[in-house]
Amino acid sequence: MTSNKKAGFGFAIIAIAAAAIVPLVAGDYYVSFSTEIAIMILMLSSYRMVVLTGEWSFAHVVLQGVGAYTAAIMVKDWGAPFPVSLVAGAVVAAAVAAVLSFPLLKMRGFYFLMGTFGAAEAIRLLWRKFKYFGGTRGFSGISAPYLEVGPITIDFGHPASFFYLALAIVVVCLLVIWSMEQSRLGQIWRTIEQQDVLAQAVGIDTRRYRRIAFIISAAFAGIAGVLLAYAFGSVTPNRFNLNFALYLMIWAIVGGTRSFYGVILGGIILMGFDESLRFADELRPGIYGIILILVMLFWPRGIERLVGLDKLFAPKAALPDSGSLAASTKGDAR
Amino acid sequence: MQFLIETLINSAMASAASALVVVGLALIFGVMRIENFAHGELYMVGAYAAWYFGTSLGGGYAVGFVAAVMVTAMIGVFMEVFLFRRLKENPMGPLIVTIGVLLVLQTAAAWLFGVNSNLLVDSPFAGAASIAGINVPWHRLFVIGAAIVLLGGLTVLLRTTKFGWALRAVAQDKDAARLQGISIGAISLLAMALSAGLAGAAGALMAPIVRISPYMGQPIIITAFIVIILGGIGSLEGAILAAIIYSTFFTFISAYFDSTVASIAGLCLMLLVLVVKPSGLMGKAQKV
Repeated sequence: MTSNKKAGFGFAIIAIAAAAIVPLVAGDYYVSFSTEIAIMILMLSSYRMVVLTGEWSFAHVVLQGVGAYTAAIMVKDWGAPFPVSLVAGAVVAAAVAAVLSFPLLKMRGFYFLMGTFGAAEAIRLLWRKFKYFGGTRGFSGISAPYLEVGPITIDFGHPASFFYLALAIVVVCLLVIWSMEQSRLGQIWRTIEQQDVLAQAVGIDTRRYRRIAFIISAAFAGIAGVLLAYAFGSVTPNRFNLNFALYLMIWAIVGGTRSFYGVILGGIILMGFDESLRFADELRPGIYGIILILVMLFWPRGIERLVGLDKLFAPKAALPDSGSLAASTKGDAR
Repeated sequence: MQFLIETLINSAMASAASALVVVGLALIFGVMRIENFAHGELYMVGAYAAWYFGTSLGGGYAVGFVAAVMVTAMIGVFMEVFLFRRLKENPMGPLIVTIGVLLVLQTAAAWLFGVNSNLLVDSPFAGAASIAGINVPWHRLFVIGAAIVLLGGLTVLLRTTKFGWALRAVAQDKDAARLQGISIGAISLLAMALSAGLAGAAGALMAPIVRISPYMGQPIIITAFIVIILGGIGSLEGAILAAIIYSTFFTFISAYFDSTVASIAGLCLMLLVLVVKPSGLMGKAQKV
């Protein structure tokens, strides 16, 4: 283990400890808000897996929605317990992604972006259209999980206990994502992003590995969706519309997608920033627009560059210095 | 029968408006290889400008129309000079920046004019014509006529003038065009102004018919992207043809079922084209 990795683990443990203290010092409102941050971090980190292969997707938020709808239906129709709906949400989201991957992964660049948008929006409109999915109002009244083992009973309806549950799940997911990225799989993803043709030439089936990234990231998006459904107790189709897909993309870009820590740090900072914009709800999209433009023009590697964390944590081979955002992305027909 | 004719006229109008929007989008993709997500917002700005200069300041519809074209063309020039030029090396950069522009324009409109504004633009062509026993508002026919005139003018511009030749040369082969002494920067600038101006013109034409809102560009841009994918990205003729086909298809499904079904069908159609024939109706074969 290199010293960089040690430092990384140190920071991670401090961060988790700091998160764990939140319910002890903050009120219920901020505890629920922290739960939202944890869910957003899981979304951004899983989104980054697709970005690692050099593609930008508009489907990730709807895949989160697939997880959330699965959980809502499991709870409302069958009264499924939390662990069952959690697994079901991940599996169904991954399955939907697997089916979509067959047409979508034939495309790259702008075509992939539009393909993911088309598929995702069609799914979202089906939710709005059919009564089975609750129509435009979706589902509400999803009851919080309740644990009863012998003498111990925990009601996760309380914000603090649900926060700990969500935090634990998110931390486990992040560990899995991190170790995948460090493994051969992660190296292949980076290779595909930077040297697509070379990767094919040395015998890597690039489409297969892009498919793996797309499906695995969908599974984590599904988990984030299940957590979201329980956290809010409701699911509506509008929560997964194009605006949220745009925001996810913007946050990933502003945070910086080169390193594992960029999106996490970006997620925390931007969620805090987002909360402070609550007084100016109408101006919010415009402010994000300006931030996005400025970041793209002057600061293409995002927040991670500012703090210098990229040098500390990221694997050295993965950081070409000229690498501005998506600079090595192979666009369409360019 | 009456319903059928009415739907046909509506789809002709929808085709005209979307052809104007889509041609600009295809033009910019052809010349600069940029997918402009803010194009629908330029349409929205065109509608607001037509209201502000035409109705609010009392200039009349013609003044509003000219102002809409000029304001949007200026925004287009701004985007080219301050954003696209600086992001040449980054293939996804311009696309992502246009998303930023989309959000900024949308918010600016909401901030300046309010979200639930009830702005009315008076058409210079009041009343309705009677065709086969059906009342068709004159303005709808005016939109169709104006679109034909504008698209015809664009064709003449691109086919007969020196500027048109240069623009098409840049679209075909940038390096060869540069070697011929064509200034890529100047052509990009003019193409961007032209493209944005066409979107603004479409917005001003539709302003008396549709409800003006800061978010009116969103369905337009979605339609426009579906259409240029159907038509073959970068192909102007393909874009116009696809605009007519798609708008007719969409209007008929909306009329006989509902607009959600029509949207789903449209999105599935786009996916089908992307999978089966990614070059679209008239685009050149390219790897996606």
